Amino acid sequence: MSFFDLKGFVRPLTGISQFGKNPHTKRMDVLGQDTADRYRGFHYNDLQDCIGCGNCSTICMNEAIDMVELAAEFNIKEEKGNSGLRPRVDYGRCCWCALCVDVCPTGSLNLTKEYNYVSPDANSFLWTPGVDNPYGKDQLSFTSNNETSLMVFNRVPMRELDGAERVKSFAEVVLGYNEEEARAEASRCISCGLCTEVCPDHMHIPEYINAIAKGNDEDALKIIYDNNPLPEMCGKVCTRRCEDVCAIAVRGEAVAIRWLKRYATERAQTADLIKEIVNPEIKEANGYKVGIIGAGPSGLTAAYYLALRGFDVTVFEAKKFAGGMTMYGIPKYRLPMESLDKQIGYLQKIGVKIEFNTRVGTDITFDEIYKKNDAVFIGIGFEKPWKLGLEGEDLENSIPAVEYLRLINNEESFDVGKKVVVIGGGNVAIDGARVSARYGADVTILYRRRVQDMPADWEEIEGAEDEGVHIHPQAIPVRIIADESGKKVKAIEYIEAKMVAEEGARPRPVPIEGSNKIIEVDTIIGAIGQEADYSFISEEYVDKIDLNRGRIVTNDQQQTSDPKVFAGGDAVNRTADAISAIADGFRAVKGIEAMLLKNKK
Amino acid sequence: MREKSTTLYLGPQHPGITGNMMVKLQLEGDTIVKATTHVGYLHRAFEKLIERRNWMQSTTILCRFCVPEPDPPEAAFALAVEQIEGREVPERGQYLRSLVLELARLQSFMLWYAGQSGSAGLYTVGQWSVGDRNYVLDLFEELTGGRIYHMYIWPGGVRRDIPEGFEDKVLRTMDYIEKRIDDYDRMMFDSAIFQKRAQGVGVITKEKAMEWGVVGAPLRGCGIGHDVRKDNPYDAYDKLDFEMGIFEGGDVWARARVRQFEIRQTISMIRQLIQNLPSGDYLNKMPNPMKWTIPAGSAYGKVESVRGEFGFHVVSDGSDKPRRAHARGPAYVHGVSLLEDVLVGENLADVSFIMNSLGVCPPEIER
Repeated sequence: MSFFDLKGFVRPLTGISQFGKNPHTKRMDVLGQDTADRYRGFHYNDLQDCIGCGNCSTICMNEAIDMVELAAEFNIKEEKGNSGLRPRVDYGRCCWCALCVDVCPTGSLNLTKEYNYVSPDANSFLWTPGVDNPYGKDQLSFTSNNETSLMVFNRVPMRELDGAERVKSFAEVVLGYNEEEARAEASRCISCGLCTEVCPDHMHIPEYINAIAKGNDEDALKIIYDNNPLPEMCGKVCTRRCEDVCAIAVRGEAVAIRWLKRYATERAQTADLIKEIVNPEIKEANGYKVGIIGAGPSGLTAAYYLALRGFDVTVFEAKKFAGGMTMYGIPKYRLPMESLDKQIGYLQKIGVKIEFNTRVGTDITFDEIYKKNDAVFIGIGFEKPWKLGLEGEDLENSIPAVEYLRLINNEESFDVGKKVVVIGGGNVAIDGARVSARYGADVTILYRRRVQDMPADWEEIEGAEDEGVHIHPQAIPVRIIADESGKKVKAIEYIEAKMVAEEGARPRPVPIEGSNKIIEVDTIIGAIGQEADYSFISEEYVDKIDLNRGRIVTNDQQQTSDPKVFAGGDAVNRTADAISAIADGFRAVKGIEAMLLKNKK
Repeated sequence: MREKSTTLYLGPQHPGITGNMMVKLQLEGDTIVKATTHVGYLHRAFEKLIERRNWMQSTTILCRFCVPEPDPPEAAFALAVEQIEGREVPERGQYLRSLVLELARLQSFMLWYAGQSGSAGLYTVGQWSVGDRNYVLDLFEELTGGRIYHMYIWPGGVRRDIPEGFEDKVLRTMDYIEKRIDDYDRMMFDSAIFQKRAQGVGVITKEKAMEWGVVGAPLRGCGIGHDVRKDNPYDAYDKLDFEMGIFEGGDVWARARVRQFEIRQTISMIRQLIQNLPSGDYLNKMPNPMKWTIPAGSAYGKVESVRGEFGFHVVSDGSDKPRRAHARGPAYVHGVSLLEDVLVGENLADVSFIMNSLGVCPPEIER
């Protein structure tokens, strides 16, 4: 390079060509001055869509999000599937990574295009998205959909026997998850705990699912047995209200909580193994005796936890096997005998004494139980079927569903013939229909309302349809017609109905004049509900125990108006499912403990 | 009495220092006798923080390792996690990753233009290149939602697919920038001032470069060809046609020539990536981040950042959090030991000039 470098002096001067041109601070072409469509600015939360699961708060590594209650004017209250809380963001901590958006199961939390906020007041940087920026709704930018969300919306499918195979036997329809499937399914849970709130028994759902996801099946079993002594039964047939409120279910399929419980409980294949794994602490005998009437879910629950707490417990069961409705009301293709045997075997090993074939009122008097024990628990369930109220109901081959199921489950025979009509739309009706289908019958269900109004589980309804059961909705039975002998059922007459909307109530079926039809049948199974039979309680006690519309009245610890008598299960609560009965039993344990041990002091 | 030697503290707040760090200089006249680096002004304990976060949460802190080029840490971490977990990245995801990495390299080069020319007193180029860099940031904003911190590369792929019309916008921006680079060259590389300031200044010998583990442009400026994209291709780099810029000399001039060459390679690569972008999935989705566990094991993921090889050693104990994540950035070598050595004998006015040419990013030193 020479001393005077002409080129090196002149070339930079070409920069003068830029003189007078527009500055470089404008965005390239079409965008104008607006931010990009995906810009990560301040949050916006749709307060109605949000369920307050708190997943945004959990994922936020800066702890910028906490869950707060809103002022009354927003009308966000705690209810089923909604914690009543909403996220509040501290913009002194937020780093705008938008992980909260990508893990929001409902998609209610999004980021907006707004990014500019200036204030000398440090407290004003705490925003409750949606409350402090209602206009954010029109500025949404960084959002998540089912594809971009980090939540796993699809459930691991459950393997089942196919319809044609099922009707050949009473083999269990649902095959259960294997280990790999269970881990994958459990890992979908976000541990928000909305399920725990709606579970009547408040089972520790997030905790045991977490244990399964981590591969600690034994821990899961221990957690489950903490407040449910019949978990395998629940794992197979629970009405699972938990899954209705699952946060993932808002945009996808709920976590299969029931199947996961089933998986964890099935790992322990014998009663001894359950005892070995759960290994509960059994307190020293405290000298109190408790008599329990009915070995159904509520009675067995009370018995188990009282036994663990050192009470001397005796259960009186009228029938040959324990389990109550879960034994005699639920068909074996849903809950096999071996499963119940195993669970009840475990309870017996813990020290629960069960007196089988002992009907209170005939084999032993209520008076005797009342006097010999320090407390009595009544868990008798609803055994007595409601009458259809139809002409010809008492003919041979017209049978209430509970009675029919009891006979079948007790391995007694009942010939349903070739054509069966089931009346009703609940789980019991579907059970009656599916059992009949297994005996080769052509089954029709008559139900007053629409299919979507049926109280039965949708899975059960689908299962029945798969097995060839014909569901005839909006059909009201009128009378049952006898054959020539006048003893047996020959046909049933029904009338079709239309749905009439009613203010403040669900639509009501109204018969359509002249649409009467008759179908020939061999058997009619009525399944329109049951009630309790209190005839075993002798007169001197009946007056002391308050009843209301066929149910026993109790306080929140399941104590009846007679302080010594507690009650639970179908005879007390309206929900009429096993998990509510278990919850009743569990509450009663606390009530009995409080009453007896308080007196001791 | 005349003082023979002076002690001067350069930084931590100084426009000539790349980030917040300090160099303590002992001078005789204008000549540096001894240089001592002082770091610690930016320490945020990234590595420790990562140990306390689950795998998903960890991914959002990685961009803070280096503001001028935030994507390589994300990519290196993702590569390491994928190696341990055995998670495959769909081809489109690989291309999009490479695209983001190259765009990040491009905007980082443009920031370097500003720093390198600014520290030589040529301010015009810096004004231009930082202004033009905004167009690349616009692309980032459209693609990732953020201009500087992208949080875009995840184990398994990338976070979002490209928006509609994005390819066109990238190509148009590339055309524009390619034209502008010629302007920069005339203003900077052709300038006699820059040439005289850069040639023979801040020399690193080949032996020293090898011995001290120098990487990136400073190494290639010593005539040694090493580039992770070529030597251990990751993502889509094995499918791209590009060359390393290798120049002899080891001085600031050679390092500048490497970058001058490579910015054009980068633009060409971005075009190739856009033109050959395959269809399909962009992400092999991880399970629910709340319950995402990685099998026990360890892996080293490395990528080529604009400053040189950037690596992440990730150790998992099989739980939902990393047991250890150690970042190995080029800045530790370039900004501490190498800088102290290279500065000796240089002129005080060249300190920022040399520092800019080495590519020092203090947060990477203080992990």
